[in-house]
Amino acid sequence: MEAIILQIMNGLDKGSAYALIALGLTLIFGTLGVVNFAHGALFMIGAFCAVTLNKILNLGYVTIDPTQTDFLGNPLKVKIPYVYNIFGENIGNIIIDWSVPLAILITIPIMVIIGVIMERGLIRHFYKRPHADQILVTFGLAIVLQEIIKYFYGANPIPTPAPEAFSGTFDFGKMIGLKAHSIIYPYWRMIYFIFAAVIITAIFVFLKFTTFGMVVRAGMVDRETVEILGINIDKRFTIMFGIAAAVAGLAGLMYAPIISPNYHMGMDFLVISFVVVVVGGMGSLPGAVLAGFLLGMLESFASMSVVLNILPGLNQIIVYLVAIIILLVRPRGLMGRKGVMED
Amino acid sequence: MFKLEKKDAILLLIVALMLIFAPFILNPFPENSGLAQFNAGYPDLMQRFVFFGIFAIGFNILFGLTGYLSFGHAIFLGVGSYAAIWVMKLLTMNILLAIIVAIIISGLAALVIGWISLRRSGIYFSIITLAFAMMSFALAYSVLTPITGGETGLQPKVTDPRILDSALLAGDTPKANLFGLDMTATYNWQVGDWVFTFNVGYYVAAILMFLCFYLSIRIFSSPFGMMLRAIKSNQQRMNYSGLNSKPYTLAAFVISGMYAGLAGGLMVAMDTQVGPERMFWTASGEVVVMTILGGAGTLVGPFLGAGLIKYMENIISKINVGVLHDWFYWLPDWLENFVVTIIYPFVGKGWNLTLGVIFMLVVIFIPGGLVEGIRRIINWFVKRKNISASREITDSDNMQQAGEIQQAGEEAASRGKNNG
Repeated sequence: MEAIILQIMNGLDKGSAYALIALGLTLIFGTLGVVNFAHGALFMIGAFCAVTLNKILNLGYVTIDPTQTDFLGNPLKVKIPYVYNIFGENIGNIIIDWSVPLAILITIPIMVIIGVIMERGLIRHFYKRPHADQILVTFGLAIVLQEIIKYFYGANPIPTPAPEAFSGTFDFGKMIGLKAHSIIYPYWRMIYFIFAAVIITAIFVFLKFTTFGMVVRAGMVDRETVEILGINIDKRFTIMFGIAAAVAGLAGLMYAPIISPNYHMGMDFLVISFVVVVVGGMGSLPGAVLAGFLLGMLESFASMSVVLNILPGLNQIIVYLVAIIILLVRPRGLMGRKGVMED
Repeated sequence: MFKLEKKDAILLLIVALMLIFAPFILNPFPENSGLAQFNAGYPDLMQRFVFFGIFAIGFNILFGLTGYLSFGHAIFLGVGSYAAIWVMKLLTMNILLAIIVAIIISGLAALVIGWISLRRSGIYFSIITLAFAMMSFALAYSVLTPITGGETGLQPKVTDPRILDSALLAGDTPKANLFGLDMTATYNWQVGDWVFTFNVGYYVAAILMFLCFYLSIRIFSSPFGMMLRAIKSNQQRMNYSGLNSKPYTLAAFVISGMYAGLAGGLMVAMDTQVGPERMFWTASGEVVVMTILGGAGTLVGPFLGAGLIKYMENIISKINVGVLHDWFYWLPDWLENFVVTIIYPFVGKGWNLTLGVIFMLVVIFIPGGLVEGIRRIINWFVKRKNISASREITDSDNMQQAGEIQQAGEEAASRGKNNG
């Protein structure tokens, strides 16, 4: 029992990331009909927003502290971040510690701007071109974005710590009334799951209960009629692209403490996210979320040692295997609609 | 000649001449000169031109003709490599058998994977092949370690059985050969300051590539190729007219898989080693980039693209800050530093960035790739010639004719514009 709960929870954080990326992919696909291979790059850029903010906050100058000496007896050199000068030492420390959550504030506008520029500047010209061209140009863009990040940040993963308060683990088993120390779970993964749940809910609420969302949904179903009614659907779709980019960015940003960001993390996640989208059903938002969590959990179940003893290496291929089987048995995916991408 | 149209025969002849004289063509700069780093006439690189040329030509038969964009073609490259290396380990170091087995095994793999993934088309097809690519890589990397050697890969060892070969002499290492002809044998020919390298392995590969190219021309002009093109232009209509398109696409998939297997087998035949990274999905992406860059659906495009990318990969990644400063020493200091700073991210380790930018530009502006680009430039010149010619013609009959030519030129130009 504990083992099963533990595996479900282990699947949650990866599943959340898959679900968030797949949600963004589906939003873009559903509104603009474009298959965005650069979505993983947006995820990565989000993570690097956290890295950047962390680096900026840690910027400082070196001074000599006359009250302390190092082991040779010379005056000790200490590095003082500029943040201390502005906010004082205590608040400064807290700000540096909380750099990852704080990065949310800068990430949202950055990602929305990047998304809108991407859509207006590049992808807009590809609506009338074949899907293969859309894949190719976004694939090229992904390479370019990835290489730019690699140029500035190097090829090595950059550790980005979570706030001190959430860096440890907690005893989840005890919390839900099971044996103590049976389920030990890291705080930050829990936070990530909650964060993902909040974002996913927010997107669904936004689409379901606002006029803007209603228009967007109408546009997804029948773009032409909405246009005839005199609504500028292009503008709204562009905004949706920005939102999807922001969702991917936030997913990456909050994932930074879990894996140290490196320049190819986007592609690693993107490939699986595509599989998630296909399993969930192209164009179906609930499908994408469901399939994201499902595949995340399947992956963690497949990496249990009990399973690995019987089928070694299953954890590496389970996602693809499931995807292939589902596509063969249920070609439209779990919740796919009829008539989407069926040419 | 060879049952080809005149145009195709000329193309084949040009490719043959390029392959034969590659050691000269690729070595235009004398040794020890500052430009020697742009030479590409060494065996390793020339062989790579040919491997990836074959790979891309095969990929083009699938993507260029049917429009099915596979993101998993490196699977067959890898399968072919592993098959070849096992033949070399167990049976013989003669590359002929290794290559034949590589083609057959990768053809079988393509049959299975193609049969599954071709049940879907469009973006679904791309994603299934991508999933297969990731899965094959993961399998080769971890689960199938007994067969694939895992992360370290495989190499022929002295202790391998090789039941068809006579026993090695003491202290001898197994060498890839073709009936005794050593693949690594090279002959250097020095003419003045120039050094030309002739490598047995390269010429063996080049002959195979020539055959591959000939076969692809025949496929392109055959009724089968016509059928594949029809599938690309409108599969639905084909289906409605009562034609089952699956056998055709599957045949194209298997053929291109066999081409990839041949390329993989050749790689092993020349450098006698293989690792799982050959199957990684970026390798599949690379062949897509090559084909698009050169011109998908054209005969010579994929070969051009493969050559260009491998050349740039080699040359550009060699350039470093010192070389850049050498180039721009004639500029004022501040401008020199500025130019070097601008260019630096694109060279050396950043060569992938250059590749990405070029690839995007090609997809955006010339979707037909380099071949279309060249064609457009020629059209532009021809059109200008026609305009100037039409001014001199007074005869009304000729006038009309010239007008038609001009109109055709304009149409071609506007078509080009629409495509861009």
